[in-house]
Amino acid sequence: MPEASPASTQELERTALDSLAAAKSESEIEEWRIEYLGRRGVLSTRLRSIGTLPPEARREAGADLNRLKNRLGNAFDEAAQHISESKLDFAPADAIDITLPGRRSNLGGLHPSEMMMREILDVFNDMGFQTVEGPIVELEKYNFDMLNVPADHPARDLQDTLWIDRNSDERVLLRTQTSPMQIRTMEKQEPPVRIVSPGLCFRHEATDATHEWQFHQIEGLAVDEGVTMSDLKGTLYEFARRIFGTQRKIRFRCDYFPFVEPGVDVSVDWDGRWVEIMGAGMVHPKVLEGVGYDPAKYTGFAFGMGPERIAMLRYNIEDIRHFFSNDLRFLSQF
Amino acid sequence: MKVPLSWLRGYVDINIDVDELAHRLTMAGNEVDSIERFRHIDNVVVGEVLNVAPHPNADRLTLVHVDDGEGVHEVVCGAPNVAKGQKIAYASIGAELFDAYSEEPGKTRRLRRSKIRGVESSGMVCSEKELGIGENHDGILVLPENAAIGTPIGDVIGDAVLDIELTPNRPDCLGVVGVARDVAALTGETLRMPSLDYPTTGPNVDTLATVTVADGDLSPRYVGAVIRRVQVGPSPRWLQERLQAIGERPINNVVDATNFVMFELGQPLHAFDYDKVTDHHVIVRRAVEGEVLTTLDGVDRKLDSESLLIADPDGGIGLAGIMGGENSEITESTVNIFLESANFNPQNNRRTAGLLGMRSEATLRFEKGLRAGLAEVGIKRCLRIIQEVAGGEIAPGLIDEWPGKGSEQEYVDLTNDHIVRVMGVEYPVQQIETTLKSLGFEIEPLPDGGPDGWRVTIPYWRPDIAIPEDLVEELARIIGYDDLPATGVAGRVPRWEPGATHVFRRRVVDALTAYGMRQTFTYAAVSDELEDKAPPPARRSSFDGVSEGVKLENPVSGHHATLRRSLRAPTLESAARNTRTWRGPVALFETGLVFASDTNPNALLPQQNEQLTGVLTGPRGDSLWDRGDNDFDFYDAKGAIEQVLESLGIGARFIPLEDTTYAQGKAAEVVTADRKGTPIGTVGIVDTAVWERFEAESPGAVMFELDMEALREIVGDKTRADSYTAYPRYPGSQRDLALVADSGVRVGDALQICQQNRLVKSASVFDLYEGGGVDEGQKSIGIRVMYQSDTRTLTSNQVARAEEQIVRRLEHELGVSLRS
Repeated sequence: MPEASPASTQELERTALDSLAAAKSESEIEEWRIEYLGRRGVLSTRLRSIGTLPPEARREAGADLNRLKNRLGNAFDEAAQHISESKLDFAPADAIDITLPGRRSNLGGLHPSEMMMREILDVFNDMGFQTVEGPIVELEKYNFDMLNVPADHPARDLQDTLWIDRNSDERVLLRTQTSPMQIRTMEKQEPPVRIVSPGLCFRHEATDATHEWQFHQIEGLAVDEGVTMSDLKGTLYEFARRIFGTQRKIRFRCDYFPFVEPGVDVSVDWDGRWVEIMGAGMVHPKVLEGVGYDPAKYTGFAFGMGPERIAMLRYNIEDIRHFFSNDLRFLSQF
Repeated sequence: MKVPLSWLRGYVDINIDVDELAHRLTMAGNEVDSIERFRHIDNVVVGEVLNVAPHPNADRLTLVHVDDGEGVHEVVCGAPNVAKGQKIAYASIGAELFDAYSEEPGKTRRLRRSKIRGVESSGMVCSEKELGIGENHDGILVLPENAAIGTPIGDVIGDAVLDIELTPNRPDCLGVVGVARDVAALTGETLRMPSLDYPTTGPNVDTLATVTVADGDLSPRYVGAVIRRVQVGPSPRWLQERLQAIGERPINNVVDATNFVMFELGQPLHAFDYDKVTDHHVIVRRAVEGEVLTTLDGVDRKLDSESLLIADPDGGIGLAGIMGGENSEITESTVNIFLESANFNPQNNRRTAGLLGMRSEATLRFEKGLRAGLAEVGIKRCLRIIQEVAGGEIAPGLIDEWPGKGSEQEYVDLTNDHIVRVMGVEYPVQQIETTLKSLGFEIEPLPDGGPDGWRVTIPYWRPDIAIPEDLVEELARIIGYDDLPATGVAGRVPRWEPGATHVFRRRVVDALTAYGMRQTFTYAAVSDELEDKAPPPARRSSFDGVSEGVKLENPVSGHHATLRRSLRAPTLESAARNTRTWRGPVALFETGLVFASDTNPNALLPQQNEQLTGVLTGPRGDSLWDRGDNDFDFYDAKGAIEQVLESLGIGARFIPLEDTTYAQGKAAEVVTADRKGTPIGTVGIVDTAVWERFEAESPGAVMFELDMEALREIVGDKTRADSYTAYPRYPGSQRDLALVADSGVRVGDALQICQQNRLVKSASVFDLYEGGGVDEGQKSIGIRVMYQSDTRTLTSNQVARAEEQIVRRLEHELGVSLRS
């Protein structure tokens, strides 16, 4: 309800500021706020009553009141801050300095490669893939021959190998991939097989921002009756959703890896571009035969990915060499 | 493999833009690494001829109105083939074109505004020659009808080279025709096979030359032909340009023709000077151990008995499938040619080439295993080209030695069920058949008349097709994977297998990160120099024979030549490096494999055991306002170990250790608390001299090691507690002992005495002091003892008696007395 003879805004401001200055406690200034700035306060009431003014005066009056509302609001904020600060001054003599840093133990942490690997392995573990590990120094037959890469096969050029200096018929190497664990696992057990295998791998490569001669890899393998390429797509799609976000899509493109047929390269959509994150495919019948599985009965899929590459994508890391530099300026960020 | 679009267009029409083409090839497995656009011509675009009118002042000329998308231009044209509605290459004023009338090849001139017989021509309609893409200047170049008006001419006439990163299974795409076949299948166009026909003259080839294949296992097929009276000289421009566009140097017309066919069809060929082959008799045989051949490049090659040689009765004339011999090379004076198109054993070819370090373009193809049928197609094509560019008379017939005949797989049977089994999705039969045919596969129904199945003939260009899965991939890569459904793995969940190493590792790693340490990963191979800075311990519990390091045959560098025998040096190095750049605490650990040659000579692999090493150096925490700036010391490293072991539920004892990496008298071996005392680790202050070798900026460091193999064996699948024990329900009584002892007395011994009393629940050290108030050579120790029984409330007398017993033992065994 409009007052019969409304005080001018100047008058109102003076009254309000005087009573604010008189408020000494939090509860008092809160009462003041409700009286003047509250939903049913003086200013709101005045603003609502503007409709009763002649149309030509309304705009001016409204602007006037709104400016006053802003000024009073600022005055309230200042007063409230002043009161909370003055509480410190009036603190009891045995008060503690709550601003001194707390006493903490050092923050340790996982290496980002391990962090990434755990996250990836967890995804597959949840889907029934068990984690298995194997040797880093590996027999040639597990790393190549039994994966359908015989000696003098051009596919050996795809992976430059670090060989162990050794006098024996059976050649030994630093594994170039985690795929030997496919063979080691299948040799040991009958289907169904569902494993993921993380670990270090090595290639004879010149090192630069995107190439390291040592890196981690995670291998995946599922073999049973009725395992299909569509299952591979579904499994990796689920992986992409969990690691890269629920909106992510994946894409297959034809690629060649000797131990799978068909073979694909898997990309994930990343800020509008497709980024290749792994190789995959249906286990080659020769590989199944080699471990004594009947390829007429069983099918399987396999995939392999580099956790460092995925971490680089995810954390915007520009140089793969950071991962083995062990510099705390890098490690401490994770 | 470089594939110029202009060359590709010879075999297939391309009506999509270059980027789209590259994308489709990439998705289908032929990854286009880069597109090199070259010879882009400014100011030349696609135009449409709106109408053609006679030139007022010249009968041979016409006035042509051209729409280039920006406007209509009147151009004077002299070409007889210009017609209304054509898409043509329109050059506007300022374009730099090849001068069609110049004697000098490659000369260009800038197009200027000019009047031709009194009519101003605003631009020009171009011929092939003027654009530099061919020799034709008889008329204008007519572009495909669907070329879009205004498109830069470079995008239409194929001024681009695709650099395709081929996978090793596709040697067919090491020929432009192979790529064209994929393009045809991917775009729905039809492949145009190049012609293999040629006229022949004179006596039959049988009467001119003989071929003996002595080692048929290494040369399953050998096809030969003879051309007489050729004119050896430079190749015509088109052939030179084809080779130059893919980075090959033209040599002479005959050699260029063989190279051209290799890049066109993927079949390597070699031309010999017929008259330099003794008796015109070619013998394909293994070399004699030590036999020497001088190859085309002038190098003497010493061969072993597994190298395949092309020879005549006098000796070698070529290294089979790798490089020709100098003695039979085609020269300016060559008149007659013996042409070879063979099929060599891929493994042997790759082996010999690798041994001699000669990875030629021929080897690149032979090592992938070509089909014998390609040799015949290749030689026919090559004869035609040689005749076209160097003239000559081709002798009728081919010499065809084919010891491997019948040994190649001829077909693959594919069933629809098999496709579904692999892909998990059914393609319509029509789509399957169309796709296979589009790739050039000949298909027929299965002989047993099964419903959804095909007998697919393996074509001569696809050595990679051997099993149904190979054909499934052909379907999938052409149809595309985008519409493939995404389903989950159904069926049985595999049985869980115990003993996973990673589960145990997680427990240890998590305990250490909780202790405030950071995990690191160093390189698995190190230099001896680095390892010598902090040598591995002499004795290890989980393996013996540490002294032998495992060496790499071909390390990436001297810094990474030997597999690490311990994590000591690498971890100390990481820590030391951080002291130079990091002001806070440096507390690092790594868990990883260490390696040693197995002492068992029958072991195939070296020993690979997991170890854990931690190093702490620098300030213990970020400047603490009430605790001062203390550096890490022995007890931080020991605390780390104790915390890990406690989390695993393992009790440990610490016994003095002599080890050169640690300072004397400041290190301990960690063994299990049980009577066996299994060694599980070490801990100590790093010897000052050792630490200095790492050039750290902190005064010292402490280190610890855990034998992960030994620990894992002890822990097994157990969790920290074997089982729950009811906590005591009767109150305990806490008493402090203030003791004085000689400085040399070990606090642990005193603590143990307290703990051994049967009424003592726990005992801990709460104070340790040396200095003012305590006599020289003595220290004061405060031990807090908790007395408690599980069965009753202890009386003060009982507690007092127990304390008395403890004090007596302390005095008697250690000479420690109560402080007065």
